[in-house]
Amino acid sequence: MADEKDFYRFQGTDGYIVSRPLVEAVNCALALERPLLIKGEPGTGKTLLARHVAEGLGMPMESWHIKSTSKAMEGLYVYDTLQRLNDARFGEGDVGDIRSYIKYGPLGRVFSASNRHVLLIDEIDKADLEFPNDILREIDEMRFTVMETSEEVAAKERPFVIITSNNEKELPDAFLRRCVFHFIDFPEPELMRQIIDVHHPNLDTKLLDQVLIKFYWLRGQSELRKKPSTSELIDWISALLRSGVSQEQMQNHIPFLGSLLKNEQDTTALHDFEQGEGQMPDSWSDLGPKYNQ
Amino acid sequence: MFLDLFYGLRDEGVPVAIQEWRMLVTVLEKGLHDSSLFSFYNLAKATLIKSETYYDAFDRVFAKVFHGVEGELSASDELMDWLSNPKNFEGLTEEQRKMIEELDADELMRKYLETLDEQDERHDGGGRWVGTGGHSPFGHGGQHPTGIRVGGESKNRSAMKVAEDRRFKDYRTDSTLDIRNVRVALKRLRSLTREGQADDLDLDETVDETCRNAGEIELVYRAERRNNVRLLLLMDVGGTMDPYYEPVSRLLTALHEERGLRDFKAYYFHNCPYERLGTTADLYLKDAIPTGDVLRRLDDRWKVMIVGDAAMHPAELMNPRGNINPRFESDTRGIDWLMRIRDHFKRAVWLNPDPPSDWEYTRTTKVIKDIFPMYGLSLDGIQDAVTALIGAKASTSPGVTRH
Repeated sequence: MADEKDFYRFQGTDGYIVSRPLVEAVNCALALERPLLIKGEPGTGKTLLARHVAEGLGMPMESWHIKSTSKAMEGLYVYDTLQRLNDARFGEGDVGDIRSYIKYGPLGRVFSASNRHVLLIDEIDKADLEFPNDILREIDEMRFTVMETSEEVAAKERPFVIITSNNEKELPDAFLRRCVFHFIDFPEPELMRQIIDVHHPNLDTKLLDQVLIKFYWLRGQSELRKKPSTSELIDWISALLRSGVSQEQMQNHIPFLGSLLKNEQDTTALHDFEQGEGQMPDSWSDLGPKYNQ
Repeated sequence: MFLDLFYGLRDEGVPVAIQEWRMLVTVLEKGLHDSSLFSFYNLAKATLIKSETYYDAFDRVFAKVFHGVEGELSASDELMDWLSNPKNFEGLTEEQRKMIEELDADELMRKYLETLDEQDERHDGGGRWVGTGGHSPFGHGGQHPTGIRVGGESKNRSAMKVAEDRRFKDYRTDSTLDIRNVRVALKRLRSLTREGQADDLDLDETVDETCRNAGEIELVYRAERRNNVRLLLLMDVGGTMDPYYEPVSRLLTALHEERGLRDFKAYYFHNCPYERLGTTADLYLKDAIPTGDVLRRLDDRWKVMIVGDAAMHPAELMNPRGNINPRFESDTRGIDWLMRIRDHFKRAVWLNPDPPSDWEYTRTTKVIKDIFPMYGLSLDGIQDAVTALIGAKASTSPGVTRH
């Protein structure tokens, strides 16, 4: 879906609602052919974004999920020496051909593919501090050399790289400099309604109002140790729908609290609040000026 | 106007360099901003800013630089029209396209701004550059073909409004302390070493040994890497520290959740540590343990983080029997206990929730600052403190001579 201006444009898909700043960050990265670095609270759909960008642009996707033990090399290729040694001992396979023991990693596969891919590098901050620097050159130039065979693997079509980070570690400046950056802010009620509509269409408006009022009220409590996220909200609504909770039952009570709060102290605190004389908000005007402009 | 944004950001301490500017200029040339200042705002933010901690600075600078651009009709229409027409950016390249290849980014920016000036002059004649009545040739209708949904865009949402909202001020590193950020700062508090049970397969060594062994597979194991940091937290509670209960309890939460530490102990004191430390924040006598025991039990590999405002009556620090609670008073002065703690452990820092600008005005704070390296209880302060605990050893604090 390249348009006449000769660059791809992403507009969101039916299953994923994006804010305009995010759409523009995606398009900006596409136009510049730079990696897009996405940060944000857990549960704001960072990883999902890549899948939907791929779907929206009609490109295949490859993901590389980073673990604390991930090495930059693994993304390029792995030379399976043990297999080769084993084959040599038992006389199996073509031991003379090193190529058959070179296994491409996600970067290697995307570079050697004949069509343009979306490459997701998920949770890059999980890896060692030096990891981002190690893949800097490969991501910049979109090529690398397999040392064992002296063969160069260069990308035929520059993949669109999406990198997510949970902020566990600082990323090096040189790395940041090459990226387009977007921080997914927590959705405001208006956008949240659209997001919920995708997952739970035909939800009763009054019930939805109650759900959102309780949810944003809960998130507004600064003492909370772990704030509920969008994905938890969606799960919570599923639970509410399945049990057929009515809007009246939601007035001063939060059912299925376990799907929203994951910390014991938070749950206890809210339970005490309900048992005591605590009054939960049941209209937007109770939430203060932030939601009533 | 655009350079104001650039230098405004740099003045705010946001690391923006030519490379980022080139990215922005390139996307503008490609006409990605379509018809709105809000798009321009988004693109500038995506290309220039690389961390949400600078979003607030960006919003402030943007609001300052483009203040009034949207509010006053003529100015806003002109700028938006100009921004809306990709021809303006192509126009830049018509005769200069060849030159651009040779231009460096600085030069490119200058030419770009020159063009902008020219456009301005031409407009003084009274005509409009493009379109009529402020309608842009690239309306929103063209932006959203049917069946494609873009959310989160209410009609009156404007760049200025977003910028002036300053919704990201909570992410500033120099003011607020939220648990997530503190946890990130504390993540650095580690030094990884290999110790204990050797149960990780060391592949490189295995291959090496196997080859030496003439192909007979020889498995080599090594110990897992683990964090070797032991942290002792001493915390001032009650009295002048009451207003700081909230930020400090956040720090404590973050520390408790930081299970990566090899060992962690927290003790409490009021104003200044003397011969007893509380094991709970309410400082009950029955739960208190002698400070000497703590020093005996914990060796110098422990790293010490003291959290307190260091503000007290000078006598509490400098006089024998200085303890504010008469039931605990003893002959050893508070300052001597502090120096014992400093001398016993290799690394110790003091985190002070009072703003650093106030430190000079409190006598006891000045004295304690000479004993321990002191940092503010902000995210930046915690980061520096962690560096002082774990990083290359900084020059030793001046230290007061023993009295």
